[in-house]
Amino acid sequence: MTFFYNNVYLDDTATIAGPYEKCGPLYKYFDKTYSDFYFGEKSFEKAEIKLVRDALVMIMKKVGVSKKDIDLVIGGDLLNQIAASTYGCYGVGKSFIGIYGACSSSVLGLIIASNFIGSGIISNSICLVSSHNMTSEKQFRYPTEYGAPRPNSATFTATGAAAAFLTNEETEIRVDCATLGKIIDYEQNDPNDMGRVMAPAAIDTLARHFKDTGRTPKDYDLIVTGDLGLYGKEILKDYMLSSYNIDLGDVYNDCGVMLYDLDRQKEIRAGGSGPVCSALVFYSYIYNQLKSKKMKRVLLLATGALFSPLLLYQKENINSICHAISLEVV
Amino acid sequence: MRNTKYERIANNHKAPEKRLQNASISFFSGGLMGLFAEGIIQILCMMFGMSRVDSATFMIVFFIFLASLFTAFGFFDKWVTKLKCGLLIPITGFAHSMTSSSMDYKREGFIYGIGSNMFKLAGNVILYGVLSAWFFGMIRYFMGGIG
Repeated sequence: MTFFYNNVYLDDTATIAGPYEKCGPLYKYFDKTYSDFYFGEKSFEKAEIKLVRDALVMIMKKVGVSKKDIDLVIGGDLLNQIAASTYGCYGVGKSFIGIYGACSSSVLGLIIASNFIGSGIISNSICLVSSHNMTSEKQFRYPTEYGAPRPNSATFTATGAAAAFLTNEETEIRVDCATLGKIIDYEQNDPNDMGRVMAPAAIDTLARHFKDTGRTPKDYDLIVTGDLGLYGKEILKDYMLSSYNIDLGDVYNDCGVMLYDLDRQKEIRAGGSGPVCSALVFYSYIYNQLKSKKMKRVLLLATGALFSPLLLYQKENINSICHAISLEVV
Repeated sequence: MRNTKYERIANNHKAPEKRLQNASISFFSGGLMGLFAEGIIQILCMMFGMSRVDSATFMIVFFIFLASLFTAFGFFDKWVTKLKCGLLIPITGFAHSMTSSSMDYKREGFIYGIGSNMFKLAGNVILYGVLSAWFFGMIRYFMGGIG
């Protein structure tokens, strides 16, 4: 389902990044970076909550608003009970919605906020996502200090928090339209190859976006997926060309690949992942490109693996989802 | 729904794995561990006059201590990444799994944290180790191999 907006604008963004992202090629675009995984806190979970608070403080400072001026805060992360968002967003804004779309939460939050603002119910909103490499490892994979060798198709959960301030007051960047995704099951079940799990959702949403809007890749300066990684990215390009006859060419890239220097940072393997992976790239580098008018219109497809380790052990597949949002320079 | 066309395209873009190289590294790192262990046994036998059985027990305890200590210092997992599973196959893997699980839940307290989660990975080894020991012990017993 595709929505069009004419009164929703992106005012500013705030990005807080962790140690591995700091060593990546986009380090100079981040507002704040950390060199360790604790940030002065006693546990990784509390460290992720600190990331959320940092991002909130940063975005409010940059936009120049107080806690009481914000109509709605939307937060999402990967922890059980979306704990980083619910604890981190305490005390900020007139209302709060916690969302879970796995790694697609970044765009899901933007779409929910845009619909609220577009219909005139609220006038502004902060959309925030976070993820922490260590809390994700602990929750979804092995203990953080456990040295389980990972295959080359595995992705690396990004550490950071990123926030965007959406408003109905005109700014330089407008939220143009958005396509909500649906749950896709292509019978994939390898948690070490999330690119392959999520590419079908990205393909479905991208094809529907082009069909609903009547656009082609040429209408965009950049089309980015959230965290398909090196191999998922190639699957998407290949499938779009052979099944829909859509050549994405050089317009297309993946945030998980852009966030790190994969030749140098070998431990990242196939690329970054996590809800903040797409948000860190989009709210820093891409936002910068839009603001400086080097890009005019960008499509972000945030891909999420709806992965439950429990159900995977019960022989269920890993489903995926992808939401798309288009932003353009006014 | 399974999409055969998707499977075909996805299989064309599979991440390459250097299996032979990984297996060779594991072979040599595992062998080096064995060499190191034999060195310790020989030292204990010759310098402290221990029997081979006793010195082997001491060597195992020493390996468990080292693996736990290096896990606690935070670099054992990085060694495993480089030296592969050769480093995990001896008793070190067991110690590493218990220490890393305990460390992960240290902030949740002794009962709900460390106590509840220490055997998260090692529990498998204990349960199925004991079961298979019983199973093969029974086979040996009925074949008259004991005594």
